[in-house]
Order: sequence, then structure tokens, then C-alpha cells
Amino acid sequence: MRYLFRTQYRQDIALWRHNGDRFWYGLLTVLVLIAPLVLGEFYIGELGAVYIFAIAGVGLMLLVGYTGLISLGHAAFLGIGAYVNAVLLARGVPFLITLPVAGLFTALCGAAIGRPTLRMSGLYLAIATLAFGSIVGTVFQKWTSVTGGFDGFAVPTPYVFGIAVDSATGIYYVSLAVLAFVMWISANLLHSPTGRAMVAIRDSEVSAQSMGIHLARYKTLVFAISAGMTGLAGALFAHYVRFLAPDAFDVLLSVQFVTIVFVGGLGSLRGAILGAMFVRLLPQFIAIVRDDLPFGIGRLPGLEPSLFGLVLVLVILFQPDGLNGMWLKIKRWFQAFPFKRQASFRRQKAYAKSERLR
Amino acid sequence: MIMFQADDISVRFGGIRAVDSVSFDVRQGEVFSIIGPNGAGKTTIFNLISRIYNSTSGKLIFEGKEFTRTPASQIAALGIARTFQNIELFPNATLLQNLLIGRHCHSRVGFISELLFLPSVRNAELRHREKAEDVIAFLGLERYRDSLIANLPYGVRKVVELGRALCIEPKLLLLDEPSSGLNVEETEGMGFWIEDIKKDLGITVIMVEHDMALVNQVSDRVMALNYGKVLAMGTPQEVQTHPEVVRAYLGGEVESAA
Repeated sequence: MRYLFRTQYRQDIALWRHNGDRFWYGLLTVLVLIAPLVLGEFYIGELGAVYIFAIAGVGLMLLVGYTGLISLGHAAFLGIGAYVNAVLLARGVPFLITLPVAGLFTALCGAAIGRPTLRMSGLYLAIATLAFGSIVGTVFQKWTSVTGGFDGFAVPTPYVFGIAVDSATGIYYVSLAVLAFVMWISANLLHSPTGRAMVAIRDSEVSAQSMGIHLARYKTLVFAISAGMTGLAGALFAHYVRFLAPDAFDVLLSVQFVTIVFVGGLGSLRGAILGAMFVRLLPQFIAIVRDDLPFGIGRLPGLEPSLFGLVLVLVILFQPDGLNGMWLKIKRWFQAFPFKRQASFRRQKAYAKSERLR
Repeated sequence: MIMFQADDISVRFGGIRAVDSVSFDVRQGEVFSIIGPNGAGKTTIFNLISRIYNSTSGKLIFEGKEFTRTPASQIAALGIARTFQNIELFPNATLLQNLLIGRHCHSRVGFISELLFLPSVRNAELRHREKAEDVIAFLGLERYRDSLIANLPYGVRKVVELGRALCIEPKLLLLDEPSSGLNVEETEGMGFWIEDIKKDLGITVIMVEHDMALVNQVSDRVMALNYGKVLAMGTPQEVQTHPEVVRAYLGGEVESAA
């Protein structure tokens, strides 16, 4: 066991709590940096996609896991980011400008949508964001002069400092950098008054208000940040798929994002990463084992969405803290070794309350 | 000196007059208690002052300034803090985080500097922590500092909520049934804290309370309500022996209530 003796306030707000953190995160950084030297092109591409989904996952985690708001329209924000990035690139704007512009523009869209819809909550908000998602999807289809409609849109090759980023490895490193940036600002935000205001809104709106927190302002702000991060992910996603079609950004993708935050574990940035790994790697796993499954299960249509649904239900029922909760338990087991007790592993009943006191 | 004034304040929900032309004023540095049977409109008055409800008519004045239509989220910045009858803490945050949320109205850092965690944010955070730590020491909550609220017993949560209100550094503190759900010992402790808050911190307190022993222990003045109307106002003794109050609230004759 490690005991932290805190003698200074700044130990409370430090990004790394102790040297163990520095060591393990340092090791992780080295590993992900040298991964392309070890792994093949296909795996690097998939890992890059995990990072892209993790960026969107972190964005949605701030909204769902920390602020207690739901969105079933985040695929639309991914689409907006993707199209803004691709269209600007096609007009000759350099990638290092289109990427942040895609993020900022999507954040503005998020704020514009958030302002009216965030008066709602729970199911109503879910329906409103769902409607927003399908409206944006229709715009992608019909606004053919910009998006190319169902003919699709070939995404131009991006250049970073004059180097063409056209390989899976290139996208991998760019996605990694953006993910690191997004994680860093999210961690900073959660340490700050705004991050605490988010948690306050999630746990009790009435008392958040009495603490001087302007509900509409913070909800809109978080919705904008969340959309912005998803927009950044979208810009990278465009390069991952290389060819944009409007039906890629449908409600199933939004549900996948929601799966990321629930399976990962509400209220944890690490959960967003773990959830993204799960959501990207499960289809790959299904593809590998599909032919070996008995009774022809592998040939059933809709196997993948049903499995996602099943896992989502099972996680909510039996592991409300998600993969992050599992990770913490495993860690505790090793820390306490060999003194594990059944009681320390009993399931915690913790729910993010957002439906109380209206 | 008069610090807070409610001037002929009323609120109606449909046909019900929950608060009906209530006027009272609270002097600087006193503990002012509001008593009354269930449904008398006590908590409604608190919700009016913290601007969760809009009053139908009347005026609210704090330190000479009217705030009848000030948004709820700006009340804390005026220097008015409150607690809730059924505890409205943030259960999935630690005690320290809860207290720091109480510091929110003192936060002046910009959003972009928060994202980058600039030195200005760092310094502000350190200052907030110092204040929160003062409150933790004042209320003796050290051992629970890093516990999740959801894991704390009810009695402790009640104290934490008081602490969160103190982190606002209020001039006026609204306590909604500070003793509800507490045992005799804890109620006594709460009474001492209220006295300390009044004497040591110089904070004016308005308290809604059912426990007459606590009311007698700490109150300078008491107002009795029934059906949204003021029945009596004065010292705890005066109010408790007031015939109207005895009939409406204490249930019985004057002799039996004394």
C-alpha cells in the first residue's frame, strides 16, 4: 500500500500524485510512441482509431459523466468536425489550421444547440439531441454542393510542417498528440472551479445554484467543450476513413459513443480511454471469432449491435463503475496483496444523480 | 442595524397562499428563528430568499439593496448562504470538493486559463484550499476530508453542509432545520456551532427549526408562522407563550406549553 502524506496544498492539485504515477504514465508514453515500430500497419490504424474514439469519448465523458447531461447526437458533431476539416482542406487551407478550426466551429455549433436544448434534461434532452443528430445527418445528405451528398467526399491528404500525413502511422501520431492535449486540458478543467461546477450540477442543481453556479452558462459551456472535442475527433476521423459518406454519422455511432462512457465508467477520464478501446476492439474481436462460433451465430445479421446492447445492459446492471471500476479493483488487489478481503471488493452502488429535485 | 428585510412578501402556488404578506427584519449579528407547524411556509420563505421561487408580491432587501428579482445564482455572491432541509450535498464528490464548490462565488479565473491551468488558477486554487481548510478545522472535519459524501453518516453530512455554506464566507446564513435527523447529542453540538458562528465569525443566522430546545438555546428572536401568516414575533419566551402560537403549534393550553 502507498500512503500519501500531504504537507502542502499543491500536492492536492498536482497532475501526478506521486512518482509511481510519473513512472507508469512515462512508460505508457514510451510504449505508445514506439508502437508503430513494433506493430503492423493494420494494428496501428486500429490503435489510431481507438485514439480518435477516445478523444470523442473524453468529450462525451465531460458531458455525461461529469455534468450528468446526456447526448444522443454526438455523431453529428463528429460529422461536422469531419466535413469542416475536409472541406477546408480541399479549399487549400493547411491542416494545422483546419484541425483547430474544425474543433472551434463544432464547439460553436454545440453552444448554439446547447443554449435552447439544455433547458431540458433526462429523456427530453436525449430526444432533442437525437433529433438534432438526424437533422444534421440530413443536411450532410442534401447539401450536395458542399458535402457531395451520397457521392461522398474524398478527404485530401493533410500536411504537417510540409510532411504528408497519409499513412496509418502518421494519423496515429497526430491522433495521439490530440488525445494527449485533450486529456491534459480536461484534467486541468476538472481541477478548476469549472470542473467542480460541473460535478455540482450533476449531483444537485438546486444547491449548485445556491453556491453561485449559473446553470445555463455552465451547461452550455460544457456542451460546447464536449462538442468541440468531438469535432476534433471528427477531423481526425475524416483522415482515418479517407472518404466521407453522410450515413457514417448516424444514430448507431452516437450510441457507440454513449457506450464508450458507460462501459468505460461514468466520471473518469481513464474510463473514456478504456471504453474507446472496448468499442473499437469488440468488432475486431467479433470479426476474428465469427467463423468459429457454433450454431451459425456468426452469420446472424445484427450480431455486433446486439452484442453492444447486451454489454451495455450487463455493465449498467453489474458493473456501474465500468471498466474503470474493474481497473481500480484489480489495482487495489495488487496493492493489498496478499491481504485481499471479500468486503473490499463488494459492488459499490453509485449512481450519477441527475434526475433529483426538479 | 437591520441587515435583512422582507417587506410584505407573498407567494401563491395556484390558489394556495404559501406565504401571505409576511414582513420581518433581521438585525446584524442575531440568530433569528422561524418556527411553525408543517406546511406553515417556513422553507418556502427560505426558497424565496435564495430566489429559487419568485415572490408574487413584496420586496426582499439585503444591506439596503433590493434583490427581489436577482437571479438565484447571484445570491451567494451577495453574501447569503443556505443549507437544505434534506441535505443537498454533492454525494459523488469528496468532502473537500464539496467545500471548494462553496468557494465558487469567489472564483475569478477565466475559462481559458483554467484549461491551461495557468499560475493564476494555481494560486487561486491554493487560496481556496486554505479557506476550505480553515472551515474543516473550525468544524473538526479533518478525518473525513477525502471521503466521498455518499459514504459519510447523516450527522456528518449535516455538518459538511454547514461547512459548505461557511465556505461562501456569508454575511447571512440560512439554516433549514439544522437539527433534523440528528440525535440529541448531535443536536447539542449543532447548537454550539451555531453559537460559535454567531460569536466567532460574526455571521447573522436565520434558522428554520422544530427542536424547541435548540431554538431556545441559540435564538435572539423568534417568528412563528402558520398557514403562511405571521402569528407572533419576539423573544423565544414571548413567542412560545403567545396564545395564538400555543393553539396553532404547540397544541394545548399556555400552562402545558410553558
